[in-house]
Amino acid sequence: MFGEFEAFLSILTFVPAIGALVIALFRFTARPEDQALIDRNSRLVAWVATMVTLVLSIILVANFDRETAGFQFVHEIEWLAEIGMGYRLGVDGISVLFVLLTAGLMPLCIMASGAIEKRVADYMIAFLLLETLVIGVFCALDLVVFYIFFEGGLIPMFIIIGVWGGQNRVYAAFKFFLYTLLGSVLMLVAMVYMFLQSGTTDITALLDYEFARNAQMWMWLAFFASFAVKMPMWPVHTWLPDAHVQAPTAGSVILAGVLLKLGGYGFLRFSIPMFPEASDYFAPLVFALSIIAIIYTSLVAFRQTDIKKLIAYSSVAHMGFVTMGLFAMNETGVQGAIFQMISHGVISGALFLCVGVIYDRMHTREIAFYGGLVHRMPAYAAIFALFTMANVGLPGTSGFIGEIMTMVGAFQVSWWIATGAAAGVILSAMYMLTMYRDVVFGEMTNPKLETITDLNRMEWAIFIPLIIMTLWLGVSSTVVTDITAASVDNLITNYNAALPAPAQ
Amino acid sequence: MAPIIVFGPLLASAFAGLFGNYVGHRAAQIVTTGAVLLSAILSWIVFFDVTVGGNTTTIHLATWMSVGDFDVSWAIKLDSLSAVMLVVVNSVSSLVHIYSWGYMSHDPHRARFFSYLSLFTFAMLALVTADNFLQLFFGWEGVGLASYLLIGFWYKKKSANDAAIKAFVTNRVGDFGFALGIMAIFLVFGSVAFDDVFAQVGDQADAVLSFAGMSFNAIELIAFLLFIGAMGKSAQFFLHVWLPDAMEGPTPVSALIHAATMVTAGVFLVCRAFPIYEMAPNASAIVTVIGAVTALFAATVGMAQNDIKRVVAYSTCSQLGYMFFAAGLGLYGAAMFHLFTHAFFKALLFLGSGAVIHGVHDEQDMRKMGGLFRMMPMTWLMMIIGTLALTGVGFSFGALGLFLPDLGFAGFFSKDAIIEGAFMAGREGVLFGIPAFWIGTIAALLTSFYSWRLIFMTFHGTYRGPKDVYDHAHDPKWPMALPLVVLAVGAVLAGGLYKSSFIGDNSGHFWGEALPAAAHGPAAAGEDHGAADDSGEDTHAVATDSHAEPAADDHAVVAADDHAVAADEHAAEGDHGGGHHPPVWVLLSPFFATLIGFLGAIWFYLINEGMGARIAARGGPLHSFLYNKWYVDEIYHFVFVRGAKGLGDLFWKVGDVRIIDGFGPNGVAGSTLAAAKRLAKAQSGYLYHYAFVMLIGVLGLLLWAQFGAGGQ
Repeated sequence: MFGEFEAFLSILTFVPAIGALVIALFRFTARPEDQALIDRNSRLVAWVATMVTLVLSIILVANFDRETAGFQFVHEIEWLAEIGMGYRLGVDGISVLFVLLTAGLMPLCIMASGAIEKRVADYMIAFLLLETLVIGVFCALDLVVFYIFFEGGLIPMFIIIGVWGGQNRVYAAFKFFLYTLLGSVLMLVAMVYMFLQSGTTDITALLDYEFARNAQMWMWLAFFASFAVKMPMWPVHTWLPDAHVQAPTAGSVILAGVLLKLGGYGFLRFSIPMFPEASDYFAPLVFALSIIAIIYTSLVAFRQTDIKKLIAYSSVAHMGFVTMGLFAMNETGVQGAIFQMISHGVISGALFLCVGVIYDRMHTREIAFYGGLVHRMPAYAAIFALFTMANVGLPGTSGFIGEIMTMVGAFQVSWWIATGAAAGVILSAMYMLTMYRDVVFGEMTNPKLETITDLNRMEWAIFIPLIIMTLWLGVSSTVVTDITAASVDNLITNYNAALPAPAQ
Repeated sequence: MAPIIVFGPLLASAFAGLFGNYVGHRAAQIVTTGAVLLSAILSWIVFFDVTVGGNTTTIHLATWMSVGDFDVSWAIKLDSLSAVMLVVVNSVSSLVHIYSWGYMSHDPHRARFFSYLSLFTFAMLALVTADNFLQLFFGWEGVGLASYLLIGFWYKKKSANDAAIKAFVTNRVGDFGFALGIMAIFLVFGSVAFDDVFAQVGDQADAVLSFAGMSFNAIELIAFLLFIGAMGKSAQFFLHVWLPDAMEGPTPVSALIHAATMVTAGVFLVCRAFPIYEMAPNASAIVTVIGAVTALFAATVGMAQNDIKRVVAYSTCSQLGYMFFAAGLGLYGAAMFHLFTHAFFKALLFLGSGAVIHGVHDEQDMRKMGGLFRMMPMTWLMMIIGTLALTGVGFSFGALGLFLPDLGFAGFFSKDAIIEGAFMAGREGVLFGIPAFWIGTIAALLTSFYSWRLIFMTFHGTYRGPKDVYDHAHDPKWPMALPLVVLAVGAVLAGGLYKSSFIGDNSGHFWGEALPAAAHGPAAAGEDHGAADDSGEDTHAVATDSHAEPAADDHAVVAADDHAVAADEHAAEGDHGGGHHPPVWVLLSPFFATLIGFLGAIWFYLINEGMGARIAARGGPLHSFLYNKWYVDEIYHFVFVRGAKGLGDLFWKVGDVRIIDGFGPNGVAGSTLAAAKRLAKAQSGYLYHYAFVMLIGVLGLLLWAQFGAGGQ
């Protein structure tokens, strides 16, 4: 029924921005002495706006036609039509779930921001704008629109880290900004070139356009520069641990849960379908970087003394599974990669929230500070254990599905990729369980911890949906893969058709 | 009915775990124990229905994954193999639940404990009822999780936490191989469902996979990778290090998980995947060698340990080695038979040890025990029964040509079947059969020695601990005593009652399709039948020849076909009698080995009490070597733990911080900042500097795109 309604996707995308506008109006019209009221109201408005977006996203997915590979809910407005540009939004099986993931995590982020006391209204505005921009990235069907959303998303995140971050936030914010912008600039050049070649910025048209092999190579590398940083892939990953450590809890959740997926999504939307020959040519490079990422960053994670940094490094390793699966270019690999991204969004988000719970109470993330939390926080210990296990890919949780599918996919390409990735699975158990032991188990020796309290109601409300998703996706993965199947099939068919025949 | 068996314990576990604190310990105990007891009763019904009635079924529950051809279901497969495992798992589990009522009665976290126990039971049931490799893997890691939780149950103890992590990570190493095996299976067969895979094994006998730069026969490689998983879970040599440390967990856990059920999952896997191993003589040979080495290694280490539970743990390790070399030699029925009987007597020994530990105020060091049989006669009796069963006491009158039934405890039937089967397999040319026979016999001697050493050090001689503990030593009360008695009955009877079903005349009907009709088993197990007629003999010879050939790609199909023929003929003509008996000395060698071990233990620990301690105190190199478990832990710690830490530090502090950041962002930022400051001193915000530099860069690249690369 909503498929008929053209502007549906635009409304979904801009609801958070409208929320941000409302908060901004409050903020600039209210008297200074109403500060407390503004704070409270902006929390409420932000939560309502994100919940409305979530409901709309659920409607979107419920009405999504799983049988077709094409774009649905397309909304087009003419805009500089004479040079082939236009405001175009639409979703297909690859992007629709990322919209839902973003919309699902955002209300939890708002709820988890209770500890923010400084400039609450601005904080909420930043988050709402970020949501609009990220959803926009996933829906954009025009290069210009995509680029605006993609780059625009940098700004609120930069501000979130730089204003509400930890002690070293300015360094982290700049590092984040520098890295990502450097990659994006190259992508912009490639986009301009694409436009000059094809005469259009319409992504649907570009998907059918065949670029010359040589040009594909350069453009692939340019896009790769941007997406590899976003992923992040080794060796351009070092911004992530710093950004995570400094970011406020909700910022980390969005960073790990959604922003990292922009890279993987970019590969699926641009690199693979538009530059198939280059993707085929560079696949070994991606595999090598993925395996290095998985093993290298897992070993680094093992040595971290800061919980958030450990989880950040673990994210890099898990994203290695994604890139590995994507470039395996078979159904299991690509579907597994998409699944892994969704699943990682839930699990890493939950893990950062777990860290946030104790950070809010004790204001430190040092592993050595903690120990024996289970005595005072049994419920927290149980939930943290669940997500720890999900992160090490225990079957029955969503973490396993992504890992096994990407590995099965990769094994069909080459044994050594899958073997390297499987070795990472051993390491993930090592660092996660060691960290969990040091934080949660043992005697409680630090006297400062004696007054620590278990989860409050708000925290329960945040974790319950994440627990349900982790387990539900873990035992019934077809919930996701049925939606992605048609589009992924189509992607692979086109990809194989585009390659010179003897390659097989 | 089947879903109740599998999911009852899961629901009970969730109930106890989520609501245990609200409804109280007693309710949690009642619900979990009740659910597992119900499962156990239903399992026995299923067991008879399947093995006697022949009603094998597979119940499809739901789809787990479905991506292209990669289709994985949640299912409950009921055939003889899973039925045997069902009764073993649920029977032992329900007894352990009951035992824990007494053993854990003072623990403030009982509800959590019972929740974990039931969770483990569920995972194990999911494992054994899987109809595909991936669900098996789910159960496999699920029991690993439960094991992790239960070993680390007393989370205040650092040693318990460390042991839990060690168990999980070591198992992960095994799972690494298992997972790769599953991937290879999917690549070769296009499916992970047992039925699809096993049906195609013959067609894919020549398939080749390249791995690590070399080409391997696909079936051999798969068999080997799966076995790595089995090595981890069943604590076989190289990956055995976690099992002794796992004794940090509460004793009922050791009985349930680390003796009777979880550690046997590896044996179950090899038996379940027997069509693959039948076609993989080299991988099977590796199974045999690792099994035999473990049987011997663990037995030698067991002789020098002083912690009562660790002795039993090493004994478990050793007995698992027996099961593996049996499976490696193709004696799947005998392996499963030993698994079955072992579950009873090893659970009995563990729970008995628990009763001892409980009775002497949580003391586990046997050097501080002695003479306890006066204070706890009932426990003594139970331990004696367990030991008799473990050491395989019994006598085969048939071997002397007497027409009397064989008499003995459970282990006698199963262990002797393995040892004799190994001899026969070796004589037929199966790789490593004869060495396995000798190692099995020597290990039987050592088993007898360390088992009786345990009994003598604990129950006999003079008491060596604090006096008040001795005065308060007592036999367990009923919730703990009852399971001991039930298991003792099993330890006495399970062998004699089920011999003919597992490895004897009735085995063809008993196993159905689940296992091959005992190819070597019936003859080797000293049954009163043997040789096939001439044609059978011939086909067997062919099979044997190609067995001996490594990587017999072309021959493998022939071999397997002939093997099947041989097996059929064996079954069909099994009653004819003939020259397929093992020689009498072979039949009697386990008996004498056991006897020598027994006498040795009497000499060292009963007649010359204290002699063992003096030898230990002198600390000769042999004793140190054994006491320190061949230094395997130390080597692993040095290589892997230190290695991982060193590499991690290297990558982090040098790779990330110095190289990537040093030359990357920090270096660039430093130089850009310096340049930008000179360029635009009036500007204040850093961001503008960067944006400015970027803009120039964009312009340059645009020009290049337009006139440089854009030319084509």
